[in-house]
Amino acid sequence: MSTFDFLLQGLTVALDPMILFYALIGVTLGTAVGVLPGIGPALTVALLLPVTYGLDPAGSLIMFAGIYYGGMYGGSTTSILLNTPGESASIVTALEGNKMARAGRGGPALATAAIGSFVAGLIATLALAFLAPYVVKLALVFGPREYFALMMLAFVTVSAAFGDSAMKGLTSLFVGLALALVGIDQLTGQARLSFGVPELLDGIEVTTLAVALFAIGEALFVASQGNTVVEKIEAVKGSVWMSRSDWARSWKPWLRGTLIGFPIGAMPAGGAEIGTLLSYATEKRLSKHPEEFGHGAIEGVAGPEAANNASAAGTLVPLLTLGLPTSATAAIMLAGFQQFGLQPGPLLFATSPQLVWGLISSLLVANVMLLVLNLPLIRLWVKLLTIPRHWLYAGILLFATLGTIGMNPSPVELGMLLLFGIMGFAMRLYCYPIAPVVVGLILGPMAEQQLRRALAISQGDWTTLVATPVAAGILLLATLALVVPLIMRMRGKGALLAQLASEED
Amino acid sequence: MSTFDPATKRRPNGAAFIIAAALAALGALLIWQGFAIPDKGGYAGIGSGALPKFVGFALLVLAVLHIVSGLRDAAPDMPRPHWGPVLWTVAGLALQVILLKPLGFSIASALLFACTAAGFGKNKLALTVPIGLALSLLIYGVFDQLLRLKLPAGLLERLIFGG
Repeated sequence: MSTFDFLLQGLTVALDPMILFYALIGVTLGTAVGVLPGIGPALTVALLLPVTYGLDPAGSLIMFAGIYYGGMYGGSTTSILLNTPGESASIVTALEGNKMARAGRGGPALATAAIGSFVAGLIATLALAFLAPYVVKLALVFGPREYFALMMLAFVTVSAAFGDSAMKGLTSLFVGLALALVGIDQLTGQARLSFGVPELLDGIEVTTLAVALFAIGEALFVASQGNTVVEKIEAVKGSVWMSRSDWARSWKPWLRGTLIGFPIGAMPAGGAEIGTLLSYATEKRLSKHPEEFGHGAIEGVAGPEAANNASAAGTLVPLLTLGLPTSATAAIMLAGFQQFGLQPGPLLFATSPQLVWGLISSLLVANVMLLVLNLPLIRLWVKLLTIPRHWLYAGILLFATLGTIGMNPSPVELGMLLLFGIMGFAMRLYCYPIAPVVVGLILGPMAEQQLRRALAISQGDWTTLVATPVAAGILLLATLALVVPLIMRMRGKGALLAQLASEED
Repeated sequence: MSTFDPATKRRPNGAAFIIAAALAALGALLIWQGFAIPDKGGYAGIGSGALPKFVGFALLVLAVLHIVSGLRDAAPDMPRPHWGPVLWTVAGLALQVILLKPLGFSIASALLFACTAAGFGKNKLALTVPIGLALSLLIYGVFDQLLRLKLPAGLLERLIFGG
């Protein structure tokens, strides 16, 4: 069967009323958390993991994907109207979008962001559908050493390649790897670092760590900054519709943004921010109105917004076909799959085609829902921004602890939540990136297994790791991703990399 | 925006040394545990103890790097954190852990809610505690009764929801 048949088959799953309902919940929640500063899609999926334990797997996963897409849509609203990005992939949007809003052109800015997200989401999801079967075929020839090499590449790009300091990124990564070692070794059954505490034998829960770092750490950090900052929300004046010249100036950036965002999301390069920055730089160079950049150029909103949605779809390529998460949200979605006893990877396409293609098809449906939710209802979402911060964060912490309490109300688990929360606060305070900890915790055990399997196959011969051109090539790429930025920083080009910092999603 | 504060300027970068000490302690712990594990490598040549040792050594290297950068670079300019709000929030979380079992989900969570709100500047407890309680009870009703997520029940939950 061709991809097209699979997609049609998937649509029959996606159009099931119950599944539509799950998708609607997902995109609504996703838009809301995207709009609200301080909580992102990674955290929301982490919070919902324990809640969905008893629900339908397909529906829950579709809901998670909806949250991911919705977060990318909603983030632009906050960036444009508040100049505070709702999530990290929308930082660039704030540059031009907020200037447009101040100039009374908030409506068209929101419209080009929403329609750009729609166009990019649609194209990128189709690209995901057509690309996935090929990657699956490729993945079938991958052995443990290739997977190990891919994971090394993911580790390096998430932690060291971008951001203002490789040392800080690597520190975060190794803290995550250290936490990953707690519990029973999956290959030999040996208990490690559990110190006789039975709760630790199961290892550290991804959701506990993610919720602690993203929700509690973030709340403590915001609290520590005092209540001095007064943020001004720009009202949406006039029509949200775009003029003819807005359309003319937007459609090319949308397509270019998609073209840039999708491959970057699909590569193990960590985060949607990089694509948005590249798209912004491209638009600035190609624009016929370069003088408008910095004063509200619509291209500077259209391109990056398309890029961040395209990279969200791109992230799903390695996640679904290889089981390899390349962003914090994808890492937590992987935990979501595992919760239902599903292991993303080539095998999933063979064993649960209904689920995989249902998921991909419902992303197309979710995109349509998001366009409807975001364009006409934009004024409703803006209202969310007027919730006072004390109610907002009190509510966030209440829900943050709810997930852990529902999963395992033991004092050990809740104590870990508090401990990691304080750790997350310290990391935020001293500018250590958070995503590498989560990625380290999830990918750490997988990388260890693949390494030891590869070595067992070769009877302890380490050269096996570079014995195939694919594995050697990927490892070389990973080394370059570690070394080249170090040289760039030494030559004083670190500012560029600091801008590309990969934060959360 | 970081505000200019002469008190924080030219401070030795103490944070880097504290972080270095923490990393070194964690690294040492991992190496110790790595050696404590009987290492039966099998075919692979490396066993359960190898990775803890490797990560431990990496953490020690990172600790050294932190000391070097702490000696070389000045402390970054950053606004002094307000500790009051942080302590309120941490106290709320700690209270919830302690009170969850004896008093049940709703009361413990209501106190967390009120403490967090206080941390963010809303310290009228007579207002925030009842709101928190109402919200927690609503959450308990939806999640425990409808979605079958087991939440610890206390006196209040048994009075309202029975069972």
